[in-house]
Amino acid sequence: MAKYKTKGLDCWNRAKELRAKYYKDYKEAHDRGALRWEGGAWSFDAIPQALEGEVHGLTEEPYGASIGANPELQVRYQEAAEGKWGCARDLCAYLRNYWGSIVLNEFAYGGEWPKADFIFQNHICCSHAKWLQVAAEIEGGNIPFFCFDVGAGAYDKIGERQINYVVEQLYDGIDFLEKVTKRKIDDEKLIQNVKNTYDSACYWAKACELNQAIPAPLDEKTMFSLYVLGTLEKSHKDIAHFYKDELYPEVKDRVANKIAAVADEQCRVLGDSQPPWGFLRIFRYLEKYGIVSIASLYTFSLIGWWTIDKAGKLVPYPTLEEQGITIKDRDHALRLLAEGELKGKLMWVPFYGAKYKNDIITKIAKQWKCDASIIHLNRGCEGTAQHQMEMKIAVQNLGLPVMTFEGNMADEREFDEGRTTRFIDLFVTETLGLKKVAD
Amino acid sequence: MIFAGIDVGGKNVHIVITKDGTILAKVEGPTGINKAEAAEKLYEEALKKAGLKRGDISRVVATGSSGSRVAFADGVIPDAAADARGVIKLIPSARTIIDVGAEEGRAIKIGPEGRVLDFAINERCAAGTGTFVDTMSRALEVSVEEMAKLSLQSTRSIPMNAQCAVFGESEVVSLIHQKTPKHDIARAVHDAIAGRVSSVARIVGLEKDVVMIGGVAKNTGFTESLKRDIGMDVNVPDDPEFVSALGAATAAATGVLEEKVEAKVVEKEMIEEGKS
Repeated sequence: MAKYKTKGLDCWNRAKELRAKYYKDYKEAHDRGALRWEGGAWSFDAIPQALEGEVHGLTEEPYGASIGANPELQVRYQEAAEGKWGCARDLCAYLRNYWGSIVLNEFAYGGEWPKADFIFQNHICCSHAKWLQVAAEIEGGNIPFFCFDVGAGAYDKIGERQINYVVEQLYDGIDFLEKVTKRKIDDEKLIQNVKNTYDSACYWAKACELNQAIPAPLDEKTMFSLYVLGTLEKSHKDIAHFYKDELYPEVKDRVANKIAAVADEQCRVLGDSQPPWGFLRIFRYLEKYGIVSIASLYTFSLIGWWTIDKAGKLVPYPTLEEQGITIKDRDHALRLLAEGELKGKLMWVPFYGAKYKNDIITKIAKQWKCDASIIHLNRGCEGTAQHQMEMKIAVQNLGLPVMTFEGNMADEREFDEGRTTRFIDLFVTETLGLKKVAD
Repeated sequence: MIFAGIDVGGKNVHIVITKDGTILAKVEGPTGINKAEAAEKLYEEALKKAGLKRGDISRVVATGSSGSRVAFADGVIPDAAADARGVIKLIPSARTIIDVGAEEGRAIKIGPEGRVLDFAINERCAAGTGTFVDTMSRALEVSVEEMAKLSLQSTRSIPMNAQCAVFGESEVVSLIHQKTPKHDIARAVHDAIAGRVSSVARIVGLEKDVVMIGGVAKNTGFTESLKRDIGMDVNVPDDPEFVSALGAATAAATGVLEEKVEAKVVEKEMIEEGKS
């Protein structure tokens, strides 16, 4: 007899539809006279998407992750990036998938590589700084490229000066966009896009906050497929609507009715970093022991915006409505966008030191009532792998057992599934002292 | 009652048969390519040595990186769990276990009852494993046993790279060309591996008593280097390479049948997907 009732998400298929439409739109954009741009999941898509007419973007990390989920494809793409382009194997695995796809002139969603009209990117980690610049070279070298820096400081250091630093670059970005596309930025669209960005980022955080409930309404494996929409185009109205009006109310309903993600939840786990995408079944393996991975800095804040309240608790960043803000004009929109990203995106804290990461992780472990932590030491992403061992110590200092396993988010050659399940068996049966609850 | 523990490692299979906690027989042999066959053959040998038949064994538990390949085992336990059970049986005061085998170097923190509290493993690198020692002994053109003895003669510390077996070997060759005495090179190799292993051990925290097991524990040159590196005494039980198998036999005495089913399922899925 299961401990809790469970069921799939009603909005699951809608999430899948939105994702499929995104890639289809990008692929077919030129057939409809629309513009195509390449960028990152953190590229402030509200801005290029505010260009007049139809515009579609392709964000690099989710594309690299999609390939990572397909072992046959990713090995071929990575070997192309390494063998044909001479890319070092220890570079970001998403980046290698992405470059390999261009080298082979093959789009993972069918057809030839859909070359972009321009690139709108931001610097955050070492790979992001150069990723699309090199991609543009592989694509022939004639793609206009703009990159802005968001390394202005951790969330608690953000003031007017830091916001100005980014906003001034965003104005440069607008000049660039208008010059290379010969289209104008539509301020009404920009304002709406910024509102949508707030809704996507804040309502995703609100949905994650609901996972504090016991039983957890969402498990990380499912959450991976939900947050991804925000990494594609969080400024899009359909995606904002999905988070605000579909996912969030449904998760609330699951909490009210005690609908669990895992029927036999008996151990709540804190994760870290991207998972090995081709091997998400390890999460299902954990479920046989009643273990549900419910939280991580990565899953919560890759797109979600958060803040620390007066009591020192981690809470979702307030929406514009909650702040009583009506966006007045372009400048106001750009400032709010920069402020939300710089103050709310806690996923960037590892770049500013272990102290920051450990502080947030400790809050998550306590508030989400985690019983243990399983950390993927991710060789595929230097950025999210920062301070992972410091995190282990911080979590252990809370009295929680921690297991680590090495792997790679998108290079199956660096993940040993048999060994990982051996580690899980050891950790679960010996350290946690749990027995299987289901076959 | 009589129980058997089988440790199928990357290089060798170790089997221990116990009766009421006393060891009746222990055998060792190469794992080879066909691990299941090697385990089967050595099990027959162990039974013969103990003067027993298969039916005399109440329960068989396997462990090691290929423990799940032992078709006739009644249960499988993770290798670090076997280490913990074996060590706590031999040295009840043990709190930190360092197990260096052919393909893996691991550190395990255990509680007073032998429960695994934390563990760390060098996952994807030959540095800090028995394979690294073998490679360096070949470069020095001496056996591992000779290298251990040579190492103890040295009073000189030479830093060398142990981050990679390939680069480590290059450094050994360079030292040979510089006419560095073999005993100093042998110590440099052991110091380098000890540094690597102790860094893994420090992840779980070094707490007395520290016990070292696994094939490399027989290398006194290495254990001396490890003691110097961690600044603590290191206990090595008799026949340290059999401790994991002993732990599996101990687990057999307490029963772990449930885990066997799980291990089988995983292995079947991996084989179906071409990842065996």
